[in-house]
Amino acid sequence: MNNRLPKQAGEWIDRSRELNFTFEGMSCRGYQGDVITSALYANGMRMVGRSFKYHRARGSYSMAGHDAHAMLTDGVRTNIRGDQVSLESGMNLRAVNTAGGLKRDRLNITERFSRFMPVGFYYKAFYKPRWLFPFHEKQMRKVAGLGAINANNAPTNSPKDYAWCDVLVIGGGGSGMSAALAAADGGARVMLVDEGLKLGGSLVWQGGGDHGGRVEPLAAAMVAKVEAHENIEVRCSTMAGGYYGDHWMGLFNGEKLTKLRAKSVVFATGVIEQPAVFGNNDLPGVMLASAAQRLMRLFAIKPFEQAVVLAGNDDGYRATLDLLDVGVVVKAVVDLRREDDVLSTDAMAQVRATGVAVRMGCGIYEAQARGTGRDRIGVAGVVVCPLNDDGELDAKRCETIACDGVAVSVGWTPNAGLLYQSGVRFVYDDGLEQLLPDVVPATVFVAGRANGVYAWTDRLRDGERAGLGAAGCLGEGNGEVGEGQDVGGRSKVAMSHGYPIFEHPGKKNFVDFDEDLHLKDFVNAHQEGYDNIELMKRYSTVGMGPSQGKIANVNSVRILAKLNGKTINETGTTTSRPFYQPVPIGHLAGRRFHPMRHTPMHDWHKQHGAVMFHAGAWYRPEFYRNGSMSREDCILSEAMHVRKSLGLIDLSTLGKLFICGADAGAFLERLYTGHFASMKIGKQRYAVALDETGVMIEDGVVSRLSEDRYYVTATSSGVAAFYREMQRWALVWGMDVTLINATGQYAAMNLAGPKSREVLAGLTDVDLSNDAFPFLGTREGMVAGVQAIMMRVGFVGELGYELHVPANMGLRLWERLMDAGAGIRPFGVEAQRLLRLEMGHLIISHDTDALTHPDEADIGWALADDKPFYVGQRSIAVMRKQTLERKLVGIRWEAGYSGPLPEECHLVIDEVRHKMVGRVTSVAHRSTLGYALGMAFVHPDMARPGTKIDIRVDGGAMSRAEVVALPHHDGEKQKG
Amino acid sequence: MKLLKCPVNGVRAIQEFSFGGAVREMPEGSGCSDEQWADYVFNRAGEPGVQREWWYHMASGTWFIAERETVSDQVIRTYLWNGDDAS
Repeated sequence: MNNRLPKQAGEWIDRSRELNFTFEGMSCRGYQGDVITSALYANGMRMVGRSFKYHRARGSYSMAGHDAHAMLTDGVRTNIRGDQVSLESGMNLRAVNTAGGLKRDRLNITERFSRFMPVGFYYKAFYKPRWLFPFHEKQMRKVAGLGAINANNAPTNSPKDYAWCDVLVIGGGGSGMSAALAAADGGARVMLVDEGLKLGGSLVWQGGGDHGGRVEPLAAAMVAKVEAHENIEVRCSTMAGGYYGDHWMGLFNGEKLTKLRAKSVVFATGVIEQPAVFGNNDLPGVMLASAAQRLMRLFAIKPFEQAVVLAGNDDGYRATLDLLDVGVVVKAVVDLRREDDVLSTDAMAQVRATGVAVRMGCGIYEAQARGTGRDRIGVAGVVVCPLNDDGELDAKRCETIACDGVAVSVGWTPNAGLLYQSGVRFVYDDGLEQLLPDVVPATVFVAGRANGVYAWTDRLRDGERAGLGAAGCLGEGNGEVGEGQDVGGRSKVAMSHGYPIFEHPGKKNFVDFDEDLHLKDFVNAHQEGYDNIELMKRYSTVGMGPSQGKIANVNSVRILAKLNGKTINETGTTTSRPFYQPVPIGHLAGRRFHPMRHTPMHDWHKQHGAVMFHAGAWYRPEFYRNGSMSREDCILSEAMHVRKSLGLIDLSTLGKLFICGADAGAFLERLYTGHFASMKIGKQRYAVALDETGVMIEDGVVSRLSEDRYYVTATSSGVAAFYREMQRWALVWGMDVTLINATGQYAAMNLAGPKSREVLAGLTDVDLSNDAFPFLGTREGMVAGVQAIMMRVGFVGELGYELHVPANMGLRLWERLMDAGAGIRPFGVEAQRLLRLEMGHLIISHDTDALTHPDEADIGWALADDKPFYVGQRSIAVMRKQTLERKLVGIRWEAGYSGPLPEECHLVIDEVRHKMVGRVTSVAHRSTLGYALGMAFVHPDMARPGTKIDIRVDGGAMSRAEVVALPHHDGEKQKG
Repeated sequence: MKLLKCPVNGVRAIQEFSFGGAVREMPEGSGCSDEQWADYVFNRAGEPGVQREWWYHMASGTWFIAERETVSDQVIRTYLWNGDDAS
């Protein structure tokens, strides 16, 4: 079965391409261009889903994705939205949220218990006993759920791309096309985005609101002009999902996410038709008039045989004429407005001329169901009552009209989600009974019905105004906030009814279809004190379903306003956040771009068995594999080799800075805590830098290369941020310095061990004798034919030379050193960490934290208090008046100790006073000294060498260590 | 995602920039009390309005000043540091 009307002007379907698919096991046929729900309707499926809570039968209601009735699964994807997803050949679809299939959904039983499930019932019913809540929750999720995720799906990657334009126009209806043409004619590069399969919007499905078909040729001509325009890129079947700062938008189509930057934006997003609230207003067959019009015009489907139209505006009459056009028998137009309050229009006159009964001042009390229980899957008729002076239905004077469908046309609201996100503010207009843009940011324009402009000729003019404005303000916003954008085209009469909401004792007069909330739920929530829109939303869950209240929020605000006796503007609205419609999470997830840095010796390390690890932005060798030795054995063996013989470590990740200029020394004096201006050329000095609060943030070694040229090393992970701060201080202090971050331009390595002098001597002419090149000296010279900065350092506690060379020479020097014999072996970062720990050298941000000041770390000696200024000095002065609360000390265990040992961050406990008195910052379970050792913060009372401290380790066992003076290792050897 | 105008490099995406906090004047160390110093170091007014802020264009290493309306999050203008003179 594939029932279609004769060809409609502007229809989306391609009748030459028939598609087969199945729904709930039944074979169906549709056309290319169908959405899933239109194809189902064409196959006679009035029911497309079951409701969230009561599992009531639901049919196509908005045909625009503004309800959650048609949520489907194909076994791989879940919650496929039938109104928006195009039909594909071979689809095998089922409704979500049923037990036993759509027709025989057993969960419809919940409807019988609905009177026991008032608003917020699960908060009240299941919160005691608390331990049972997870059980209740699981059951509730089964009953009141949506689709289930198939965890066995093969992962797929969804592409992302970027796009740019001058003017982005969202909405391809009359006003949007008009705006795009106006902007493009002015030379702007325009992108026009529309959710639908084709351009045209309501010009196509509603005949532009001007009955008689005069608009269709114009719409077709506009579409052709837009598509041919060289300055306009059209993207249909594409949703503008979210607006972010400075016109940064997320566009989604079925395939990918596009991140778009525009210079100005025109929102021609139109309006969303709103439902009326009456008994059984959710039966399949009750739908928005715009849905019936979409079925007819876009998909060539006759929505009903015999219809009643509920009207609250002139659009109801236009819809009536559309229905009559395709042969629907319209039994009556029920108009909520009273005869005296309405100026007759062309459409009203035309409807009356056809002889269709018009009931002015009446409403629908309830729709009567065809079938019973879970088989109530259609409309048999409606009960119509007159309205009294208070706008309430007089149920005593009712009239029953048989029909199989109800078209509801009682009002509209701006499709405003993205507009709110862009900073547009709305006010409710009591004359139009709708929200209108009030405050519109510069470079944002609103056009068409979203701007309250309804007549199609006015919409085209309004679009042109917006398009010209958007093209005219290209460039950057000036920060000015624009005025409301009323250019006089706004409707003079209300296109919406102010309160199309009617009481019904059956409690099936739904306000929020997604969440199965009926009118009484709002009254109850209000009685319980939830009298604020944000509170009511969260308590009742109105607007929190899959369609995010697109056809529920306006009525819920009206209900609350009435309950509170306040205006709509006083009542307010809830916040609109991205995304406009749900987006499959695969479109948002993605591979992260993680650039990693390699040192010049990277490949050598990998070829020689290095186990690499991430160290900030770098890969570094953790250790080098050695036969079948364990990781720990490898590390200890590398460290022992440095102590006894000779090792080489790649230090290219070190921060390397040149500080040059007349003020270089003075600059370093202000930046670091020590003295540097008076340093002799060829000397180096440990340097520590504080932030303004006196906390240690960086350390390194400063070498003076010449009168006005210093070479500074900084930590691998901290150099980028520290260099940034250096630049700022240089600016603020107005000093004559040139700062060069040469981190990537230089390779560095440390040749360490008793044999280092002997090996290096064979590769350089620089005099390495202790007198000529003493400990803490820095020289420049040639090593293995490479210009190098040579530094005699003591980080690992052995005789050693750091060699810094241009990066492109790094590997060459490394290989020359490795070839120099003497049993040299490379060592990794883990061995270096052990060696420095034996020397008692702290690592900033490892042995210190975000509050550690120098006295705590026991390097108060590095603070030159005779200087007039260094960063953090004033804070140190304040802190030195206070009692020291902790101190960094060395700790060790006896050789041969076999009890439990702590890990880093395990706590030092005072067992007598039951207090935490410190924590371990570094620990080595094995060392070159033959025993376990480490460093820890402890209370100053416990900092005296010889003090025993107790550390609680994993599992609660205690480990007793002894505080010792640092360094653990005899550092004098490095000075020889 | 916002855009920001570097006075040297023009309008660039915000991820090219690093925020450097509000522009604040450091009190003279010797002349201020411990309380005044602590107030400078730890307290931030956070009051809504136009704030002068440090921003850093990471790709080019350019520090500059942005005047930002913190309520609307709109940057009013950006310019290179010119000593204490705000112009």
